Amino acid sequence: MSDDAATTEAPPAAGGGPETGSDGAPRRTVASRLVGALGSGLVQLLLVLIALFWLVPTLGLFVSSLRSPADNASSGWWTALLQPAQLTMDNYAKLLENAVFTGSFLNTILITVPSTLLIVVIAALAAYAFAWLEFPGRDWLFLGVVGLLVVPLQVALVPIAQLYGGLGIYGSIAGVVLFHVGFGLPFAIFLLRNFFAAIPRDLLEAARMDGGKEFTIFRRVILPLGGPAIASLTIFQFLWVWNDLLVALVFADAANQPMTKALQAEMRQFGANIDIISSGAFISMLVPLVVFFAFQRYFVQGVMAGAVK
Amino acid sequence: MADTRQPPPGAAQGAPPGGEDEDRAGALGPPRWLSLVFLLPALLFLGAYMVYPILFSVYRSLWDAAGTEFVWFDNYVKMFSSPGTFIALRNNAVWLVVAPIVVTVAGLIFAVLTERIKWATAFKLIVFMPMAVSFLASGVIFRLVYEQDPERGLANAVITTVQDTVSPAGAYPDARPREEGDLPAAPGGGYEVPEQVSAGETVAIGLVGVAPEDLPGDAAPAAVPQPGGPDEITGTVWLDFTPGGGGEEGAVDPEERGLPGMEVQLVSDGQVEATAGAEPDGSFVFEDVGSGPYTVQLSERNFTPPYAGVSWLGPTLVTPAIIGAYLWVWAGFAMVLIAAGLAAIPRDALEAARVDGATEWQVFRRVTVPLLSPVLMVVFVTLMIYVLKIFDLVFVIAPGSVQADANVLALEMWRVAFGINDQGLGSALAVFLLLLVIPAMIFQIRRFRREES
Repeated sequence: MSDDAATTEAPPAAGGGPETGSDGAPRRTVASRLVGALGSGLVQLLLVLIALFWLVPTLGLFVSSLRSPADNASSGWWTALLQPAQLTMDNYAKLLENAVFTGSFLNTILITVPSTLLIVVIAALAAYAFAWLEFPGRDWLFLGVVGLLVVPLQVALVPIAQLYGGLGIYGSIAGVVLFHVGFGLPFAIFLLRNFFAAIPRDLLEAARMDGGKEFTIFRRVILPLGGPAIASLTIFQFLWVWNDLLVALVFADAANQPMTKALQAEMRQFGANIDIISSGAFISMLVPLVVFFAFQRYFVQGVMAGAVK
Repeated sequence: MADTRQPPPGAAQGAPPGGEDEDRAGALGPPRWLSLVFLLPALLFLGAYMVYPILFSVYRSLWDAAGTEFVWFDNYVKMFSSPGTFIALRNNAVWLVVAPIVVTVAGLIFAVLTERIKWATAFKLIVFMPMAVSFLASGVIFRLVYEQDPERGLANAVITTVQDTVSPAGAYPDARPREEGDLPAAPGGGYEVPEQVSAGETVAIGLVGVAPEDLPGDAAPAAVPQPGGPDEITGTVWLDFTPGGGGEEGAVDPEERGLPGMEVQLVSDGQVEATAGAEPDGSFVFEDVGSGPYTVQLSERNFTPPYAGVSWLGPTLVTPAIIGAYLWVWAGFAMVLIAAGLAAIPRDALEAARVDGATEWQVFRRVTVPLLSPVLMVVFVTLMIYVLKIFDLVFVIAPGSVQADANVLALEMWRVAFGINDQGLGSALAVFLLLLVIPAMIFQIRRFRREES
């Protein structure tokens, strides 16, 4: 997100002929400046309203998570802004004693970390081959990967569920992880290959000339230069898997379910479980939010590279 | 243009490797078998999780629910004829027509507006933030927003506040006559006293249905109706109910209280001649009345129920409501991509148009939008692909009772394949989804080849 503040100079609202900077500026310019200032004020106001529209719902979840179920049932969360005495950490304390939830938090980590690492390593290897190694059918194969980018994962649910049933890993964490790797790869390969391909040929040729083995070149030249792309991919995949619900819904059983699935199960009694749902949802958001604000540039790049996925 | 990656340090301009004639597999190049080592893990995964499932799904979709009988295209026929899947198809069509346009337009507006402000970065961060959190969390957030009760749901709280300012709720929405016949409904709403009155007479209007705790704080013991002056009509409107029992129906008893603020009207020939408000003890006076006779009525405004808010998650509005949540999640994505596109537009083109005397709107319409159209296209197509596969938001926001009304293809696929275990129909739905994204696949491959060449 680049800051375009440098170009905030308000353009002339009307006509806008070149100013002749003489004594006594023409009335029209004053008027148009006034219109411009007024317009800019309106734009600012509009954007403040829009920003509120984006912030307030999240604030609502947060404040709700700090209120007792009885308070939530009887009045809106905004009343707590005037009566801060309502606020309590009880929901969070209760949540931390809830074995199902703490277990699902751990499962989320156990699913997300291996998936992300596997995707990045496997995709980096393949992307290097697509970018810098010669083999027959390379370009066609890569077009195939580009085509796979948009395949809906629904198409794999039934076949892989049957496959996992046969292999005896249906419901396990390994099954969920492997599924994420399979469906994360096309995008990961696509992103890294395009980045690797932009690395100057001279650098590679020089390394090869020095007698470097391909794996050495991969480790010493490609990986360091590809750092930004690998960071984008890592963050994007991490959040993608962390936030997944559907894959977990199908492939994780109750003992191995991540937070998203555990919380979803509570949604059937939304009103009654609002204490668990609101605090749990907020905890599940915390890690993504921290990652987002800490690495927003990389995350945004990852998302943008994913356009037309 | 979506290609906004930072080039690596010292990256030479325009040196893409692919498709060059030079033979790299020469003396310096690595042996070809090595490519396979690098590619093998990825190929195994892509084969097992994408290629095989696509083939198997097509095959499986031709078999019945249990997979024991070959049924040709029966599952596809069922998909278009069963009411459940038909609603899903219809909703998906609505989603596809509405959501990508709304999100792209919002992104365009935000991107253009933020070009001029100093806190653009902060604004973009705020609007982009929902992209980082799960659809589940966004869904929970919007379940709270769309809560029906205006006391608890933000959307209805805002709407009812506005609505109550425009037409305030009456003070006594639940008040009513003891018997239907005591006070007939007035032609314009509210209740009227059946007997007509003339100057010098009094009326007693007893109502029930107001819980004692709902009475206004200033309600005083009701006054027994007293005749006023010769040109006055007087009366009392009170709660004809003695707490704890006792008291005489239709008469003002000591324990009973007035209904302060009740709006009483004097009507003649359908015209409201005078209006009076009841005192804390329920008494009211019409002064200087003509000869009459008049009808006394309690105006409709007294009984207007408080506005109950919009039923966001009811069967009719649930899909638009979820599209609203979708906009909240995805607008940041569109905005950031379009803003990057805007930044890449040469300033000269805009300046030239301005010097030629174009207004800002003309510059936007004739220069900016055409130059942006490739980016807008990419945003639009990407959103279409995601909208086709929409699952989580619908699943989380739509309450169980209206989930059938909010149904979409991906949700129906999951329900059919893993809820009622019809994997034949489930596979057919998955294959259908795949067919729907194939145009996007072609768009994607074309765009890629164009960028490579």
